[in-house]
Amino acid sequence: MHEMAVTKNILDIALESAREADNARVMEINLVIGELSSVADDSVQFYFDALSKDTAAEGAKLNFRRIPAFFQCTACKHRYKRKENTFRCPRCGADAKICEGGTEFYIDSLVVEN
Amino acid sequence: MEVRMVKVLKDIMSANNTIAAENSRVFNERKVLTCNLMASPGAGKTSFITATYNAVKDRTPFAVIEGDIASQIDADKFAAMGVPVAQINTGGGCHLDANMIQSAINQFGLPDNSILFIENVGNLVCPASYKLGEQLRIVMSSTTEGYDKPYKYPAIFTDADAIILNKIDIAHAVEFDFALFEKGIRALNEQVPIFAISCKTGEGIQAWTDWLMNRKTEIYPGA
Repeated sequence: MHEMAVTKNILDIALESAREADNARVMEINLVIGELSSVADDSVQFYFDALSKDTAAEGAKLNFRRIPAFFQCTACKHRYKRKENTFRCPRCGADAKICEGGTEFYIDSLVVEN
Repeated sequence: MEVRMVKVLKDIMSANNTIAAENSRVFNERKVLTCNLMASPGAGKTSFITATYNAVKDRTPFAVIEGDIASQIDADKFAAMGVPVAQINTGGGCHLDANMIQSAINQFGLPDNSILFIENVGNLVCPASYKLGEQLRIVMSSTTEGYDKPYKYPAIFTDADAIILNKIDIAHAVEFDFALFEKGIRALNEQVPIFAISCKTGEGIQAWTDWLMNRKTEIYPGA
């Protein structure tokens, strides 16, 4: 259900931008999605194909650029993407803090055709 | 035929965030401290709001917006206590959004200068993405769910303003690992206060409500 609502937002924004671009057709939508933003790519494309029928974005391909969240070790300062079941530093085992990224959730650009 | 790239750079949640900002303006004008309470089903959200209400009702007006997929069960409980309450049924939707809150605040007697609790749909995933216009995002976990929620559902913990750990009275029986739970929270949200409470015994409720009333005074001085 969450993906459905998110997909509707994506479609609305894409159609508005396409109208502003001299009523272009939308061929591709480039999305930037952080690791902490909980949406499933396949599910969004699935809903998009259904919701975009008979619109200027029908058949458009969604491209997902995933941005990882980075953690930094409080002891050795190593910076890393989380791989384990905990957040601790993979080098020295100390505790870590989230330091960057992961919350991105926006439409970067469209590929359109006039 | 011309194929070209058009820059958009627009937040996918922008439509929701615009309405959330309008809600926030209404809350500020009316000096309502709004808490968006998010937790799994069964964590104890309704019991927690009830315990909070009982602890602060002599000091502040209070109101509740209940979000559930279906039923009036929780709203009926608050109505029976004499608390102004609105029920939102999402009809299958897994979260509340700002638009639902905007409709709800005009449909019941939300008192000025009050504390408003919004009980979100039981879910640790989707509510994290939807701002409602609240001043405080409260994330609740309970000992029966295990220590691992911050590791499995990190997003919702990263921007919480307070973490509530409920059912602390049975932590030993369910072998809850508080140290690992706290480490997970601290990795995601270094400064956030964690209140270990029991709605059943009342343990920890005073520390939590002292904090809440202090936040109200800080946000609305002189109200």
